[in-house]
Amino acid sequence: MDHTAYTKDMFEKVKRDEYHADRITRPTISYWADVWRRLKMNKLAMTGLVILIIIFIMSILGPYISKFDYREQDWDKINLRPNKEYWFGTDELGRDLFSRAWLGTRYSLLIGVAAALIDFGIGILYGGIAGMASPRLDAIMMRIAEVVYSIPYMLVVVLISVVFSDAGSGTSMFVLILAMTITGWVPMANLVRGQVLALKEYEYSLASESLGASKGWILRKHIIPNSFGPILVNVTLTVPRAIFAEATLGFMGLGLQVPKPSLGTLANDGLAVMPIGIFYQILIPSILISFIMFSFNVLGDGLRDALDPRLRQ
Amino acid sequence: MAKYILKRIALAIVTIWAVITITFVLMHSVPGNPFATENRKIPENIMENLMKKYGLDKPKSEQYIMYLKNIARFDFGESMKQDSETVNQIIARGFPVSARLGVQAIIIALIFGPALGAIAALYQNKAPDYISMIISIIGVSVPSFVLGSFFVQFIASKVDWIPISGWGEFRHTILPSIALALMPLAQFARLMRSSMLEVLGQDYIKTAKSKGISRFAVIMKHAIRNAILPVVSILGTTISNLVAGSFVIEKIFGIPGLGQFFTTSVFNRDYTLIMGVTVFYAMVLIAMMLLVDVAYTLIDPRIRLTKEGH
Amino acid sequence: MSKKILKLISIFLVLAVLFTGCSSPASEEEPQETSEETTSEETVETTGKKILRTNNSSEPGSLDPPLAQGTHESWILENCFEGLMTFDENGNLVEGMAESYEVSEDGLTYTFKLRDNITWTNGDPVTAHDFEFSWKRALDPETAANYASILYYIKGAEAYNTGQGSRDDVGVKALDDKTLEVTLETPTAFFLELTAFYTYFPVNKNVVESNPDWAKDPSTYVCNGPFKLVEWKHNDQIILEKNPNYYNADKIKLDGIDLDILEDQNTAWQKYLGGEYDLLVDIPTSVVNELKTKGDPELEIGLQVGTYYYNVNPAVKPFNNAKVRKALSMAMDRETIVEKITMGGQIAAGGVVPPGLKDENGNDFREAVGNLIEYNPEEAKRLFEEGLAEEGMTVEDFNNQGFVLLYNTSESHRKIAQAVQEMWRTTLGIEIVLENVEFQVKLDREQSGDYHISRAGWIGDYMDPMTFLDLWWSESAFNDVNYNNPEYDALIRKAKSTNDQNVRMAAMKEAEVMLMEDMPVIPVYFYTQPYVVKPNVTGIFKVPVRYPVITYADITG
Repeated sequence: MDHTAYTKDMFEKVKRDEYHADRITRPTISYWADVWRRLKMNKLAMTGLVILIIIFIMSILGPYISKFDYREQDWDKINLRPNKEYWFGTDELGRDLFSRAWLGTRYSLLIGVAAALIDFGIGILYGGIAGMASPRLDAIMMRIAEVVYSIPYMLVVVLISVVFSDAGSGTSMFVLILAMTITGWVPMANLVRGQVLALKEYEYSLASESLGASKGWILRKHIIPNSFGPILVNVTLTVPRAIFAEATLGFMGLGLQVPKPSLGTLANDGLAVMPIGIFYQILIPSILISFIMFSFNVLGDGLRDALDPRLRQ
Repeated sequence: MAKYILKRIALAIVTIWAVITITFVLMHSVPGNPFATENRKIPENIMENLMKKYGLDKPKSEQYIMYLKNIARFDFGESMKQDSETVNQIIARGFPVSARLGVQAIIIALIFGPALGAIAALYQNKAPDYISMIISIIGVSVPSFVLGSFFVQFIASKVDWIPISGWGEFRHTILPSIALALMPLAQFARLMRSSMLEVLGQDYIKTAKSKGISRFAVIMKHAIRNAILPVVSILGTTISNLVAGSFVIEKIFGIPGLGQFFTTSVFNRDYTLIMGVTVFYAMVLIAMMLLVDVAYTLIDPRIRLTKEGH
Repeated sequence: MSKKILKLISIFLVLAVLFTGCSSPASEEEPQETSEETTSEETVETTGKKILRTNNSSEPGSLDPPLAQGTHESWILENCFEGLMTFDENGNLVEGMAESYEVSEDGLTYTFKLRDNITWTNGDPVTAHDFEFSWKRALDPETAANYASILYYIKGAEAYNTGQGSRDDVGVKALDDKTLEVTLETPTAFFLELTAFYTYFPVNKNVVESNPDWAKDPSTYVCNGPFKLVEWKHNDQIILEKNPNYYNADKIKLDGIDLDILEDQNTAWQKYLGGEYDLLVDIPTSVVNELKTKGDPELEIGLQVGTYYYNVNPAVKPFNNAKVRKALSMAMDRETIVEKITMGGQIAAGGVVPPGLKDENGNDFREAVGNLIEYNPEEAKRLFEEGLAEEGMTVEDFNNQGFVLLYNTSESHRKIAQAVQEMWRTTLGIEIVLENVEFQVKLDREQSGDYHISRAGWIGDYMDPMTFLDLWWSESAFNDVNYNNPEYDALIRKAKSTNDQNVRMAAMKEAEVMLMEDMPVIPVYFYTQPYVVKPNVTGIFKVPVRYPVITYADITG
């Protein structure tokens, strides 16, 4: 054959964009707009979002709406049932439960959301790296996670509360969030790793790999978006878990330092008067916890459905 | 397979060694000692004798090596607070109790959780979806100490057949198992729903459907089998969490399990008991993880053990 | 279903079998347990055996008398053992294992004669040698009994216990099988009462020497009291049975005592309500208040000799100033605390010595001294500012310091601390921060002086004001506030040196007034011990220094 038949002008330089055909994704803006559009169609998720916004606003404003300070005690008005003056009643020290409940909501939400975000961040990073790494590194990383998870939780909590307590702070928000996250990220990392291990065997990951995409790229663009569903569900479960864990520490007397309230310590205080048939003190924080849980969960589900690339039309 | 498991066991030993070392360091950096009591102060020489009795007078490094040697022989030593039993006896007595509770709770959660999740996914955004999700949300909405106390006050004290506290018969285990099961049940249900939805959108489901296989068979044979993977992946941590985290339920129902020692041993600074329950817990946890990994590879067609080879 | 699902299921089945395998020892016990249960049910319903059912709250650490540490051990020991003296069914201190005793004129030598018909549960006779052995064993540094200090009234006891003296110099000697001679360090007016205390209980010399683990298992457990230990299900239940060979068995109406080990107060209360307990001591405070308000006849507010107080660290400015300390005390509305906060029938503190202890004339020591504590918000504010000014501080300076009230984690301490914090805030305009720490951490911080104000409490060991006033002389090991007042020390020394009640009491009265003038500690209230008893149970009473005495209880109807 005549080699000269192929001249330079017969070739056209492929544009970089086209070469990385795999990289073509929808513009970010339309992606999130799309998510929002589909989230709006989900009535349950929107209900959750609305409840959450209301609770959020009340947790900021609630303590100021009541004319009583959260720590003001009136010993002649102990254990009053909800009434015109005290909308949520009073507690065992004659304090207004309305301002305490909303302030407690504020602290619980802070603890829960902060813990969930930290767990999420560490979990994704750690689990993602372990899943994509060589089997050897993966094994080492998973053993480290196992070690962290096997260390007695109470020992860690007691230690950090001793180490990080400036005189007077007792169990501060910081200590509690640290206590929640110090081992809390491990299940998230395990979940992410499991997802990564499964998803990297999918055709689109393999295709991407064979087209020369880097591991980080595959992780960011394929695996994480595709495993967002289970991960998001886990995040929405981490918020209640952290709120519960704080409550359980409160049950053992290691909750947020009094007189500051949290939903967990309020519920624990309510437990004390339950045997004499006073239930509003335990019901109010429990109902607030339930609403928060419900909202986070349905919102998480809705987001999951809205974010899922495969359900997109 | 056998080689893989042997390798994992070797790794487990390294893990447990790391756990022992870190726990040992943490334990001795927390202030307080096991012998202090509120109303009395112990003369110095008595304190020295107590320290000697439990080997606490020796340098920390020597104590550490002593611990390692004893643990290698599965001898966890004497409890510093509970004179009547050794740590081995406490574990041998308490673990079966906690394990029984935990296993019963997991069985309940495994029966109802994935089923609820699967139903929810199959009827996405329809009434069954909402109903099963609301059921599972209720499970995670009430802290276990509230739930346990309500169970005691409203069920156990009203129903003659169900005892308020104690241990020994099946009826003692009913309420605590349910109270323990609700959290993992909800977790399983929600994970199942989400992964099921994902699986249902996969090509092989469409292929199977287009081949004319019945809907039921598609769900049973393809969808559930694949969707249950995330649930399996968290099973190990869930089980060990239940065993270690059952102290609230054990306290409320007066159950002589192991759960309470995870907290009381730390509060009492009962060093030997802390080490004992920690190492034991680590072993259980690692065994669970191993089992889960093996189970995972057995049911997930996409993961093959041979990969570890190259 | 696919093979792999089946494999998965089989793995978890294997797992379940493993667990059941683990639990096989427990399941072996089960039939035994159930038979036990049916017999106990039968006993109540058909054969009419009288079993008192109650809750011991916590697992005993040890049932070996010298190793016991608290009420969850001593309550059981007091029913299984008996000392030289004991409390009878009317709550009077009477001869127990001793038939009679003689006291020398100087009050230093006690000679006890033992009864003839006293035996251990294994059939051995109880001898004076057992007592000598037991007390020396409790003092033996190797035993490391953490309450050995209660034996220090015996000559040479402290020296031996602290490693400075020998075993042979301890002033207790069995002259023969039936005669025990005890020599004291100084005249001790309350020594007879001490011999009823659990650290003074005898143990069987032969049994203890031949089997060091005797106290760990009911089958080897040997005791000499009205009841014997028949079953110990750890963290679950302890079962006592009447000891038929007890010399005074006629007085014992119960056939047995079942003690649960159930920590949760609410659950225990539900069991009492449901008729599963005949007696319950540890009750939720809200319930106590409810029953008290209703005047429920099942509630008894038992006397307790104990004081709840706050330590104020004098090493921290301005707490070195007595006016500041007194102002803090004056701003504390104790009536409100006991009426509205603690609600268990506690008594507002009028000093450090609680009521129930007698002076030389048989009057109540507390009443004889009178109320030394005043609630006066205006005076408190004036005194506080005066005290601060003396230290060159203002209220603002004080608040900027971020002073902390330290308490160990507990429901009731938390409630009281919050109320006190609020009282100080509204009366004195000061901000005190609360900090709860674990008990162990609190002890550590108190010992190292790393606190500003800390919660403390003291339960008397014997029925004499000295059990409290002793705490704050400069040589006391319990003087956490390092109170050092030579005049106070002189008074305490004076009271300790004689058996003459007139001299002792006069010195102690003066000492308490002095102490409350300086106020190194701020007393809050005097403890009580509420408990509930079903109407068909009789004969339960409270001796101030003991948990409710159930030994002589009877169940009717």
